[in-house]
Amino acid sequence: MNNLIDLEKKINSELGTKINTSEIKHNQIYLEIDSEDLIDVVLFIKTNKDTKFRQLIDITVVDYPERSKRFKIVYLFLSHEFNQRMILSYNISENEVISSLTSIYPSANWMEREVFDMYGVSFKDHPDLRRILTDYGFEGHPLRKDFPLTGHTEVRYSEDQKKVVNEPVKLEQNYRNFDYESPWEGTKYIQELTESNDKKN
Amino acid sequence: MTKKIKNLNLNFGPQHPAAHGVLRLILELDGEVVEKADPHIGLLHRGTEKLIENKTYMQAVPYFDRLDYVAPMNQEHAFALAVEKILNIDVPIRAQFIRVMFCEIGRILSHILNVTTQALDVGALTPSLWGFEERETLMTFYERASGSRLHANYFRAGGVHQDLPAGLETDIAKFCETFPKIINDLENLLTDNRIFKQRNVDIGVVTKEDALDYSFSGVMIRGSGVPWDLRKSQPYDCYNQLDFKIPVGKNGDCYDRYLCRIEEMKESVKIIKQCLSKMEKGPIKTFDGKITPPSKKDIKQSMEALIHHFKLFTEGYRVPEDEIYTAVEAPKGEFGVYLISDGSSKPYKCKIRAPGFSHLQSMDYLIKGHMLADVPAVLGSLDIVFGEVDR
Repeated sequence: MNNLIDLEKKINSELGTKINTSEIKHNQIYLEIDSEDLIDVVLFIKTNKDTKFRQLIDITVVDYPERSKRFKIVYLFLSHEFNQRMILSYNISENEVISSLTSIYPSANWMEREVFDMYGVSFKDHPDLRRILTDYGFEGHPLRKDFPLTGHTEVRYSEDQKKVVNEPVKLEQNYRNFDYESPWEGTKYIQELTESNDKKN
Repeated sequence: MTKKIKNLNLNFGPQHPAAHGVLRLILELDGEVVEKADPHIGLLHRGTEKLIENKTYMQAVPYFDRLDYVAPMNQEHAFALAVEKILNIDVPIRAQFIRVMFCEIGRILSHILNVTTQALDVGALTPSLWGFEERETLMTFYERASGSRLHANYFRAGGVHQDLPAGLETDIAKFCETFPKIINDLENLLTDNRIFKQRNVDIGVVTKEDALDYSFSGVMIRGSGVPWDLRKSQPYDCYNQLDFKIPVGKNGDCYDRYLCRIEEMKESVKIIKQCLSKMEKGPIKTFDGKITPPSKKDIKQSMEALIHHFKLFTEGYRVPEDEIYTAVEAPKGEFGVYLISDGSSKPYKCKIRAPGFSHLQSMDYLIKGHMLADVPAVLGSLDIVFGEVDR
């Protein structure tokens, strides 16, 4: 499908109830599905001759700690054939285990490992679900919103033990997060001022 | 009596000159043949994405320099484009040309580093000595525009930080005249070199299908014969006004990828020349006073400008609620930013899609059945920079 509107129609008519919402913005198509329909939807968009999303660009998660379904899992797809991008997402609660895409897209392997490492979301049928970016023996999931920016532990070389040791983080000064936000919007006339000044120069 | 033979496990890195950074590669060897490769990454993980969530949009830009640190401005470009699209602002044409020009300079920087160090990995010393001299010249261009050789922090949402200093354009034009000769010199050293060919031809072959399956992009996918370049297929900034070709390989081996990089450098020179000739005097930032800080002169004259300056550098500008993915063709492949804004002055989520991550992932597939000595050759042609793989 060369046109995003046609593509949206096609997907909605073929997959019907599996698509919760669909939207076109920024020249991309955004789909929301349920977690149990993931494999069906992905197989369809990869193999169908009118969609051909042959490449999985990335997998990521957005954390909304205040929601009951805390994590929003996001998949980015690219179709070379039709030069289109798709953003597929669904929401899950904290302890839900989701299906792995490794059998459909081999490149999902590390992407899912990263998601597991950073957010603690686990995948079923993943061939090798280990941590990937954090240190050996690391605890916690750094990209969750409730994980502090400064972390929990720091490492240093201990002269006594002759090895690198982990210790609770000690800061001379805590990380300060100032609240600068104010409802004041300022005036409008700064814009014209800059323009007229630039003309003078 | 039968002897039991056990495979040898070899640790390649994390401190190894041919590992191009801090890669720990655990190789399972049967004699000299690699049976399995398990890359351990994350030794340079700095939590960029977490840090960006805690910084304003303007403060987030320098983190992008530190990803792929051999082509810093290409990364900034992706972030600037993402924010611009959400804010729905137009970039002045001069700023677009400046940005594209520096992205192409970044491409040359990255490709020189890659081609010459790959040659170094397979035994040729001279190319790196010649190439690095040119990189130094290019980095002075970076310095003159942005103030630093590497961590530029030059692109802003809505344009670039400052206009080019006097004389820089003529110097870049001069470079464009002399540089093609250097590419020829490098080619004379490598392209028909018997040893270089023996080490690269038919090594690390990627088929078209596998290049798609493993989420390859950039030279890695073009080397396998897929004509795909985001500058052509999804043009951003002023790329649609420029005339350039996309070199495509045939065999998908290390040698074809080397050839693609050489040709791309030649195309980049062409693009820079066109940018220089099409660039006209004009504004380099959007006029929107809510995003662009006022000029120093205005701050001295106007109270409003002073307040805006203060607000922009403390609170920062606010970005309306949205979700977007934008990608640029970085030297190494598709570099993307998936940004979620929540209406405040800090991103709610910023996922960085680094091309090197998916390329390195395929290491096991690429190297299986090859000899141990081919590991550096394949690793070199993947064009890995750990700043972006580990983020």
